[in-house]
Amino acid sequence: MTATLTRADVAAAASQKRRRRAPGWLAVVPLLAFTAVAFGLPAVAMLNGAFTVKDPVSGTSSYTASNLSDSLQGPYLTALVGSVKLSALSAVIAAVLGLPLAQAVVSSRSRALREAVLTASGVLANFGGVPLAFAFVATLGNAGVLTVHLHLADHGWDLYSFWGLVLVYLYFLIPLMVLTITPALDGLRAQWREAALNNGATGVQYWRFVALPVLAPSLLGGFVLLFGSAFAAYATAAAMVGSAVPLVTLQIADALSGNVLVGQENVALALSLDMVLVAGLVMAVYLPLQRRSARWLDA
Amino acid sequence: MARRLNLWRWAVLGLAALYFLIPMAASVLFTVDVPGEGVTFDAYTQIVSADGFLSSLLLSLELAVATIAVVLLLTVPAVVALRLSAPRLRPVVEIVCSLPLVVPPIAFVAGIVTVLKWGPDHLSRTPLFETFVAVQNPDFPVVLVIAYVVMALPFVYRALDAGLRAVDVRTLVEAARSCGASWPQALVRAVLPNLRGALLNASFLTLALVLGEFTVARLLGFEPFAVWIYDVGGSQAQMSVAVSVLSLLVTWALLLALAGAGGRDRTASSRG
Repeated sequence: MTATLTRADVAAAASQKRRRRAPGWLAVVPLLAFTAVAFGLPAVAMLNGAFTVKDPVSGTSSYTASNLSDSLQGPYLTALVGSVKLSALSAVIAAVLGLPLAQAVVSSRSRALREAVLTASGVLANFGGVPLAFAFVATLGNAGVLTVHLHLADHGWDLYSFWGLVLVYLYFLIPLMVLTITPALDGLRAQWREAALNNGATGVQYWRFVALPVLAPSLLGGFVLLFGSAFAAYATAAAMVGSAVPLVTLQIADALSGNVLVGQENVALALSLDMVLVAGLVMAVYLPLQRRSARWLDA
Repeated sequence: MARRLNLWRWAVLGLAALYFLIPMAASVLFTVDVPGEGVTFDAYTQIVSADGFLSSLLLSLELAVATIAVVLLLTVPAVVALRLSAPRLRPVVEIVCSLPLVVPPIAFVAGIVTVLKWGPDHLSRTPLFETFVAVQNPDFPVVLVIAYVVMALPFVYRALDAGLRAVDVRTLVEAARSCGASWPQALVRAVLPNLRGALLNASFLTLALVLGEFTVARLLGFEPFAVWIYDVGGSQAQMSVAVSVLSLLVTWALLLALAGAGGRDRTASSRG
């Protein structure tokens, strides 16, 4: 007891000395100031723009909610729904396929296999964007190697479609799922399985009543993370489908570059705000889930 | 039972390997097997002499170096100070550094475009206007560095925070200080060497992010590497795929080096 007291005293004295010389928060100020300008300004501009309209005649701007309601109608709504559908579907498929893959790695005793798959997942999860799109165009596009050699076009295959995008998105979503779920699978104790089997459970029953309920928060958290990742993706879709598939990111890009109609910039900002709200919701679901599943890992 | 489990495992791994390897193999095939010409490596030899390849790659590398320098200069002193003497600010900084995750790059760039328009619209008579022009200099777009620093913040902060967790910063600094080191000396010569892994990790994550970044650069009208690949894709399909294959190899090398350097935070920037 005495020892702790003295240590606390020393620490207090030391921190007093520090405070006189160089207050610690001074080192944090540049970071906060930078984010306030570099992140805060665009964010405020987006919020402000999403709620203003400029009268083309008089040039005066006024506050309104019409941009937001426009962004939830017609082609914009189609794009938003398209994005949500695409992201949700690819995330579900990636989660369902990523789980057995991760389990195959975790249950194997080979350390080399495990390292190889996890490193590859780390690389592939980061392999989005333009190169990924072009790799798939070369494989399954109209003149792609597989399309030509297997005559896929005769069977109605089209890469530049909703399902084509799903197939491409899985390429970085499955590895992301493997990375997210592996720690949780590591947390499943062998004893739980043995206990279940000893009590007469079948393998399926073990998964249905023991493993999956324990994994549920991690699975849901992984799904939400994948959803957010797919929802925000722009480069892959832009390089692959142009605007053949209605997606909110493509709509924003079109409206920003004035491709569709002049004066749609503020609707683009409203759409961006819609995206931020969805992404915020995703984070609000993900973070508590992550904390919850972290508890299992530590236990 | 064990045999069946093994079969099942190899089936899963085999299917995954097929799905992940076929596009790679097909891309390589696509670039070397040109219809009517037979096997040729022209697509690869043409890359270096291609218009804009070197300049765009250089631009991307310069942007990456600048971004890494700025983001580390901003975050390292801050996270160390948070450990030492301002723990009450920690939740604030944590939230601030995580906020960019909530704003997808496309929404972020929509905001930046709006801010940049204030330049000509409202500030054309003020000295600030010069600043607005200067940050958009196409030779070295500072605005991209600023945007990339914001986008890298969540990953860099997490990497550094994880690294610091393993280091007793307070003891290190007090030891250095009582041996007569000044504050900067204590930071540079006692704390930073212990953070080597975390710093490398953060730098590699930022490098991968900047080299692959497409959304912000394209919508602001600049042409770093990823945008160049996209632009080339319209006219020279073979070469654009060849560059994609190469850029994947570079990413592999980078991230393998990262794994070798002891980093474990693998989910960097999966946002395409």
